[in-house]
Amino acid sequence: MKIGGLILVVILGSVLIYGSLEFPPWGDPVSPASSHLSPYYIETSVEDTSVPNLVTAVLADYRGYDTMFETIVIFTAGIGCIFLLRIFRKEETGTRLYRHIATGITLRIEKGGKFPETSAAFERIDSVWVPHDLIVKTTCRLIVPFIQIFGLYVIAHGHHSPGGGFQGGVILGAAMILYAVAFNLRSAIQRMGERLTVMLSTLGVFIYAGTGVLCMLLGFNYLDYSALASLLGVDPVTAHSHGILIVEIGVGIAVMAVMVTLYYNLASAGKHDEGL
Amino acid sequence: MIWQIEIVILIIVIILAIGALSVKDLLGAAILFGAYSFMMCLLWAIMGAVDVAFTEASVGAGVSTVLFVAAVFRTSRRTED
Repeated sequence: MKIGGLILVVILGSVLIYGSLEFPPWGDPVSPASSHLSPYYIETSVEDTSVPNLVTAVLADYRGYDTMFETIVIFTAGIGCIFLLRIFRKEETGTRLYRHIATGITLRIEKGGKFPETSAAFERIDSVWVPHDLIVKTTCRLIVPFIQIFGLYVIAHGHHSPGGGFQGGVILGAAMILYAVAFNLRSAIQRMGERLTVMLSTLGVFIYAGTGVLCMLLGFNYLDYSALASLLGVDPVTAHSHGILIVEIGVGIAVMAVMVTLYYNLASAGKHDEGL
Repeated sequence: MIWQIEIVILIIVIILAIGALSVKDLLGAAILFGAYSFMMCLLWAIMGAVDVAFTEASVGAGVSTVLFVAAVFRTSRRTED
Protein backbone atom coordinates (compact mmCIF):
# COMPACT_ATOMS: atom_id res chain seq x y z
CA MET A 1 0.00 0.00 0.00
CA LYS A 2 2.76 2.40 0.95
CA ILE A 3 4.82 1.51 -2.14
CA GLY A 4 1.73 1.96 -4.34
CA GLY A 5 1.07 5.37 -2.86
CA LEU A 6 4.68 6.42 -3.40
CA ILE A 7 4.59 5.33 -7.06
CA LEU A 8 1.31 7.19 -7.58
CA VAL A 9 2.70 10.35 -5.99
CA VAL A 10 5.89 10.19 -8.11
CA ILE A 11 3.90 9.70 -11.35
CA LEU A 12 1.42 12.49 -10.59
CA GLY A 13 4.20 14.79 -9.41
CA SER A 14 6.21 14.31 -12.58
CA VAL A 15 3.07 14.93 -14.68
CA LEU A 16 2.52 18.14 -12.71
CA ILE A 17 6.13 19.27 -13.21
CA TYR A 18 5.92 18.37 -16.90
CA GLY A 19 2.75 20.45 -17.20
CA SER A 20 4.30 23.42 -15.46
CA LEU A 21 7.18 23.46 -17.98
CA GLU A 22 4.71 25.02 -20.44
CA PHE A 23 4.04 27.95 -18.12
CA PRO A 24 5.34 31.39 -19.15
CA PRO A 25 8.38 32.51 -17.14
CA TRP A 26 7.75 34.40 -13.92
CA GLY A 27 7.05 38.08 -14.62
CA ASP A 28 6.87 37.58 -18.40
CA PRO A 29 5.27 40.77 -19.83
CA VAL A 30 3.92 39.03 -22.96
CA SER A 31 2.25 36.11 -21.18
CA PRO A 32 -1.55 35.97 -21.71
CA ALA A 33 -2.28 36.76 -18.07
CA SER A 34 -0.33 40.00 -18.08
CA SER A 35 -1.14 41.14 -21.62
CA HIS A 36 -4.96 41.31 -21.50
CA LEU A 37 -6.46 41.82 -18.06
CA SER A 38 -3.60 43.09 -15.90
CA PRO A 39 -2.96 46.28 -17.94
CA TYR A 40 -6.63 47.18 -17.63
CA TYR A 41 -6.54 46.80 -13.86
CA ILE A 42 -3.25 48.66 -13.54
CA GLU A 43 -4.39 51.56 -15.70
CA THR A 44 -7.95 52.06 -14.51
CA SER A 45 -8.26 50.77 -10.95
CA VAL A 46 -7.46 54.12 -9.31
CA GLU A 47 -9.85 55.95 -11.65
CA ASP A 48 -12.57 53.36 -11.01
CA THR A 49 -12.26 52.84 -7.28
CA SER A 50 -9.77 55.39 -5.87
CA VAL A 51 -8.04 52.51 -4.02
CA PRO A 52 -4.23 52.62 -4.29
CA ASN A 53 -3.73 48.95 -3.38
CA LEU A 54 -4.47 47.12 -6.61
CA VAL A 55 -4.92 43.76 -4.89
CA THR A 56 -7.69 45.07 -2.65
CA ALA A 57 -9.44 46.70 -5.60
CA VAL A 58 -9.37 43.46 -7.61
CA LEU A 59 -10.29 41.28 -4.63
CA ALA A 60 -13.25 43.22 -3.28
CA ASP A 61 -14.50 45.14 -6.30
CA TYR A 62 -13.69 43.59 -9.69
CA ARG A 63 -13.83 40.07 -8.27
CA GLY A 64 -16.44 40.76 -5.60
CA TYR A 65 -18.39 37.54 -6.22
CA ASP A 66 -15.26 35.45 -5.76
CA THR A 67 -14.47 37.00 -2.38
CA MET A 68 -18.09 36.72 -1.27
CA PHE A 69 -18.15 33.00 -1.93
CA GLU A 70 -14.75 32.61 -0.26
CA THR A 71 -16.31 34.14 2.83
CA ILE A 72 -19.24 31.73 2.51
CA VAL A 73 -16.75 28.84 2.23
CA ILE A 74 -15.13 29.91 5.52
CA PHE A 75 -18.57 30.28 7.12
CA THR A 76 -19.47 26.78 5.90
CA ALA A 77 -16.23 25.43 7.36
CA GLY A 78 -17.18 26.84 10.76
CA ILE A 79 -20.71 25.42 10.58
CA GLY A 80 -19.36 22.04 9.43
CA CYS A 81 -16.90 21.98 12.34
CA ILE A 82 -19.75 22.62 14.76
CA PHE A 83 -21.86 19.84 13.23
CA LEU A 84 -18.99 17.35 13.27
CA LEU A 85 -17.49 18.01 16.68
CA ARG A 86 -19.92 19.79 18.96
CA ILE A 87 -21.52 17.61 21.63
CA PHE A 88 -24.78 19.25 22.59
CA ARG A 89 -26.12 16.87 25.21
CA LYS A 90 -25.26 17.75 28.79
CA GLU A 91 -22.71 15.32 30.16
CA GLU A 92 -22.67 14.35 33.79
CA THR A 93 -19.98 16.27 35.59
CA GLY A 94 -17.11 13.98 36.48
CA THR A 95 -14.03 14.69 38.55
CA ARG A 96 -13.00 18.32 38.70
CA LEU A 97 -9.91 20.08 39.98
CA TYR A 98 -10.04 23.33 41.91
CA ARG A 99 -7.16 25.44 43.14
CA HIS A 100 -7.34 27.49 46.29
CA ILE A 101 -6.02 30.82 45.06
CA ALA A 102 -4.46 32.05 48.31
CA THR A 103 -2.51 28.91 49.19
CA GLY A 104 -2.13 27.16 45.83
CA ILE A 105 -3.49 23.88 47.17
CA THR A 106 -5.27 21.80 44.54
CA LEU A 107 -8.52 20.09 45.50
CA ARG A 108 -9.74 17.04 43.62
CA ILE A 109 -13.50 16.75 43.89
CA GLU A 110 -15.00 13.45 42.82
CA LYS A 111 -18.33 12.99 41.12
CA GLY A 112 -21.22 13.78 43.46
CA GLY A 113 -19.17 16.20 45.58
CA LYS A 114 -20.03 19.83 46.05
CA PHE A 115 -18.23 22.06 43.53
CA PRO A 116 -17.24 25.54 44.74
CA GLU A 117 -18.49 26.98 41.45
CA THR A 118 -19.28 30.50 42.59
CA SER A 119 -16.68 30.85 45.33
CA ALA A 120 -14.11 33.58 44.78
CA ALA A 121 -11.49 31.74 46.82
CA PHE A 122 -11.24 28.83 44.35
CA GLU A 123 -10.52 28.75 40.64
CA ARG A 124 -11.30 25.74 38.49
CA ILE A 125 -8.32 24.25 36.62
CA ASP A 126 -8.19 21.69 33.83
CA SER A 127 -7.91 17.99 34.64
CA VAL A 128 -4.38 17.83 33.28
CA TRP A 129 -2.28 19.65 35.84
CA VAL A 130 -2.00 23.39 35.21
CA PRO A 131 0.96 25.19 36.79
CA HIS A 132 0.86 28.76 38.04
CA ASP A 133 1.58 30.95 35.04
CA LEU A 134 1.65 34.53 36.25
CA ILE A 135 4.18 35.65 33.62
CA VAL A 136 2.26 34.12 30.71
CA LYS A 137 -1.06 35.53 31.88
CA THR A 138 0.29 39.02 32.51
CA THR A 139 2.13 39.13 29.19
CA CYS A 140 -0.97 38.02 27.30
CA ARG A 141 -3.18 40.49 29.13
CA LEU A 142 -0.77 43.23 28.03
CA ILE A 143 -0.31 42.06 24.47
CA VAL A 144 -3.86 41.09 23.44
CA PRO A 145 -5.20 44.69 23.09
CA PHE A 146 -2.27 45.58 20.84
CA ILE A 147 -2.89 42.54 18.65
CA GLN A 148 -6.54 43.50 18.36
CA ILE A 149 -5.71 47.09 17.43
CA PHE A 150 -3.28 45.79 14.82
CA GLY A 151 -6.04 43.54 13.44
CA LEU A 152 -8.41 46.51 13.16
CA TYR A 153 -5.65 48.51 11.48
CA VAL A 154 -5.07 45.71 8.95
CA ILE A 155 -8.79 45.63 8.10
CA ALA A 156 -9.17 49.40 7.88
CA HIS A 157 -5.88 50.07 6.10
CA GLY A 158 -6.28 47.39 3.44
CA HIS A 159 -6.91 50.12 0.86
CA HIS A 160 -3.38 51.47 1.15
CA SER A 161 -1.20 48.63 2.40
CA PRO A 162 -1.17 44.83 2.28
CA GLY A 163 -3.95 43.29 4.27
CA GLY A 164 -7.71 43.37 4.37
CA GLY A 165 -10.62 41.50 5.81
CA PHE A 166 -9.18 37.99 5.76
CA GLN A 167 -5.84 38.82 7.34
CA GLY A 168 -7.29 41.26 9.85
CA GLY A 169 -10.01 38.81 10.82
CA VAL A 170 -7.47 36.06 11.35
CA ILE A 171 -5.36 38.36 13.54
CA LEU A 172 -8.41 39.31 15.62
CA GLY A 173 -9.30 35.64 15.98
CA ALA A 174 -5.70 34.81 16.92
CA ALA A 175 -5.87 37.39 19.74
CA MET A 176 -8.90 35.58 21.16
CA ILE A 177 -7.17 32.19 20.73
CA LEU A 178 -4.09 33.54 22.52
CA TYR A 179 -6.33 34.62 25.38
CA ALA A 180 -7.88 31.14 25.51
CA VAL A 181 -4.43 29.48 25.49
CA ALA A 182 -2.96 31.73 28.16
CA PHE A 183 -5.91 31.63 30.55
CA ASN A 184 -8.28 28.76 29.89
CA LEU A 185 -11.07 27.90 27.52
CA ARG A 186 -13.84 28.65 30.00
CA SER A 187 -12.78 32.25 30.61
CA ALA A 188 -12.49 32.78 26.84
CA ILE A 189 -15.99 31.38 26.34
CA GLN A 190 -17.23 33.68 29.09
CA ARG A 191 -15.90 36.64 27.13
CA MET A 192 -17.05 35.44 23.74
CA GLY A 193 -19.65 32.72 23.90
CA GLU A 194 -20.57 30.15 21.32
CA ARG A 195 -23.84 31.89 20.48
CA LEU A 196 -22.01 35.17 19.87
CA THR A 197 -19.40 33.61 17.57
CA VAL A 198 -22.05 31.90 15.43
CA MET A 199 -24.10 35.11 15.29
CA LEU A 200 -21.01 37.12 14.29
CA SER A 201 -19.99 34.71 11.54
CA THR A 202 -23.51 34.90 10.13
CA LEU A 203 -23.49 38.69 10.50
CA GLY A 204 -20.26 38.98 8.51
CA VAL A 205 -21.64 37.04 5.56
CA PHE A 206 -24.88 39.00 5.89
CA ILE A 207 -23.03 42.34 5.68
CA TYR A 208 -21.27 41.24 2.50
CA ALA A 209 -24.32 39.78 0.79
CA GLY A 210 -26.55 42.56 2.11
CA THR A 211 -24.33 45.22 0.53
CA GLY A 212 -24.84 43.48 -2.80
CA VAL A 213 -28.61 43.30 -2.30
CA LEU A 214 -28.65 46.99 -1.29
CA CYS A 215 -26.91 47.86 -4.56
CA MET A 216 -29.57 45.85 -6.41
CA LEU A 217 -32.40 47.59 -4.58
CA LEU A 218 -30.95 50.95 -5.61
CA GLY A 219 -31.17 49.89 -9.24
CA PHE A 220 -27.58 48.85 -9.97
CA ASN A 221 -25.92 45.48 -10.47
CA TYR A 222 -25.21 43.16 -7.56
CA LEU A 223 -22.10 44.44 -5.67
CA ASP A 224 -21.79 47.51 -7.92
CA TYR A 225 -20.75 49.95 -5.20
CA SER A 226 -21.55 53.03 -7.33
CA ALA A 227 -25.10 52.58 -6.05
CA LEU A 228 -23.97 53.58 -2.55
CA ALA A 229 -23.00 57.08 -3.77
CA SER A 230 -26.44 58.54 -3.13
CA LEU A 231 -26.71 56.88 0.30
CA LEU A 232 -23.27 57.95 1.52
CA GLY A 233 -23.39 61.35 -0.13
CA VAL A 234 -20.13 60.95 -2.08
CA ASP A 235 -19.22 60.64 -5.75
CA PRO A 236 -19.42 57.15 -7.33
CA VAL A 237 -15.64 56.60 -7.32
CA THR A 238 -15.33 57.25 -3.59
CA ALA A 239 -18.42 55.11 -3.08
CA HIS A 240 -16.44 52.17 -4.52
CA SER A 241 -13.75 52.78 -1.89
CA HIS A 242 -16.33 52.93 0.92
CA GLY A 243 -18.14 49.87 -0.40
CA ILE A 244 -14.89 47.92 -0.35
CA LEU A 245 -14.36 48.97 3.28
CA ILE A 246 -17.87 47.80 4.21
CA VAL A 247 -17.44 44.35 2.69
CA GLU A 248 -13.93 44.01 4.18
CA ILE A 249 -15.44 44.66 7.62
CA GLY A 250 -17.99 41.94 6.92
CA VAL A 251 -15.25 39.51 5.86
CA GLY A 252 -13.20 40.39 8.94
CA ILE A 253 -16.10 39.74 11.34
CA ALA A 254 -16.94 36.41 9.69
CA VAL A 255 -13.33 35.16 9.60
CA MET A 256 -12.66 36.21 13.20
CA ALA A 257 -15.75 34.42 14.50
CA VAL A 258 -15.10 31.27 12.47
CA MET A 259 -11.47 31.02 13.65
CA VAL A 260 -12.60 31.27 17.27
CA THR A 261 -15.34 28.67 16.67
CA LEU A 262 -12.86 26.25 15.10
CA TYR A 263 -10.49 26.66 18.03
CA TYR A 264 -13.19 26.19 20.67
CA ASN A 265 -14.46 22.99 19.08
CA LEU A 266 -11.05 21.49 18.28
CA ALA A 267 -9.40 22.29 21.60
CA SER A 268 -12.24 20.99 23.74
CA ALA A 269 -13.30 18.09 21.47
CA GLY A 270 -16.73 19.66 21.17
CA LYS A 271 -17.49 19.80 24.89
CA HIS A 272 -16.59 23.48 25.44
CA ASP A 273 -15.46 22.59 28.93
CA GLU A 274 -11.75 21.91 29.20
CA GLY A 275 -9.39 23.10 26.53
CA LEU A 276 -5.76 23.45 25.61
CA MET B 1 16.23 39.88 -5.22
CA ILE B 2 19.40 38.07 -4.23
CA TRP B 3 19.08 34.65 -5.86
CA GLN B 4 21.25 32.88 -3.28
CA ILE B 5 18.69 33.64 -0.56
CA GLU B 6 15.93 32.32 -2.81
CA ILE B 7 17.82 29.04 -3.39
CA VAL B 8 18.47 28.62 0.35
CA ILE B 9 14.79 29.23 1.18
CA LEU B 10 13.64 26.79 -1.52
CA ILE B 11 15.95 24.08 -0.15
CA ILE B 12 14.69 24.72 3.40
CA VAL B 13 11.08 24.50 2.12
CA ILE B 14 11.74 21.08 0.57
CA ILE B 15 13.53 19.80 3.69
CA LEU B 16 10.69 21.02 5.93
CA ALA B 17 8.04 19.47 3.67
CA ILE B 18 9.75 16.06 3.69
CA GLY B 19 10.35 16.35 7.43
CA ALA B 20 6.70 17.20 8.14
CA LEU B 21 5.60 14.12 6.19
CA SER B 22 8.12 11.67 7.60
CA VAL B 23 8.38 12.59 11.27
CA LYS B 24 6.60 10.17 13.66
CA ASP B 25 5.69 12.74 16.30
CA LEU B 26 2.55 14.57 15.13
CA LEU B 27 3.23 17.62 17.31
CA GLY B 28 6.63 17.92 15.64
CA ALA B 29 4.95 17.57 12.25
CA ALA B 30 2.61 20.45 13.12
CA ILE B 31 5.54 22.66 14.13
CA LEU B 32 7.46 21.72 10.98
CA PHE B 33 4.39 22.55 8.90
CA GLY B 34 4.21 25.95 10.57
CA ALA B 35 7.86 26.58 9.73
CA TYR B 36 7.15 25.44 6.16
CA SER B 37 4.32 27.98 5.94
CA PHE B 38 6.61 30.71 7.20
CA MET B 39 9.24 29.87 4.56
CA MET B 40 6.52 29.93 1.89
CA CYS B 41 5.54 33.34 3.24
CA LEU B 42 9.11 34.55 2.70
CA LEU B 43 8.99 33.17 -0.86
CA TRP B 44 5.74 35.02 -1.62
CA ALA B 45 7.29 38.22 -0.24
CA ILE B 46 10.38 37.72 -2.42
CA MET B 47 8.15 37.31 -5.49
CA GLY B 48 6.39 40.58 -4.67
CA ALA B 49 3.03 39.09 -3.65
CA VAL B 50 2.89 40.89 -0.31
CA ASP B 51 -0.83 40.30 0.27
CA VAL B 52 -0.44 36.56 -0.24
CA ALA B 53 2.60 36.57 2.06
CA PHE B 54 0.58 38.33 4.74
CA THR B 55 -2.23 35.75 4.43
CA GLU B 56 0.26 32.88 4.54
CA ALA B 57 1.92 34.31 7.64
CA SER B 58 -1.33 34.87 9.54
CA VAL B 59 -3.32 31.81 8.41
CA GLY B 60 -0.66 29.24 7.54
CA ALA B 61 2.02 29.92 10.10
CA GLY B 62 -0.27 31.34 12.78
CA VAL B 63 -3.77 30.01 13.26
CA SER B 64 -3.56 26.70 11.41
CA THR B 65 -0.56 25.62 13.51
CA VAL B 66 -2.56 26.34 16.65
CA LEU B 67 -5.50 24.34 15.25
CA PHE B 68 -3.18 21.42 14.43
CA VAL B 69 -1.72 21.51 17.94
CA ALA B 70 -5.25 21.57 19.40
CA ALA B 71 -6.23 18.55 17.28
CA VAL B 72 -3.06 16.65 18.32
CA PHE B 73 -3.78 17.53 21.96
CA ARG B 74 -7.25 16.00 21.70
CA THR B 75 -6.24 12.88 19.70
CA SER B 76 -2.94 10.99 19.83
CA ARG B 77 0.55 12.33 19.54
CA ARG B 78 2.10 9.38 17.72
CA THR B 79 1.11 8.46 14.20
CA GLU B 80 -0.11 4.94 13.47
CA ASP B 81 1.89 4.39 10.26
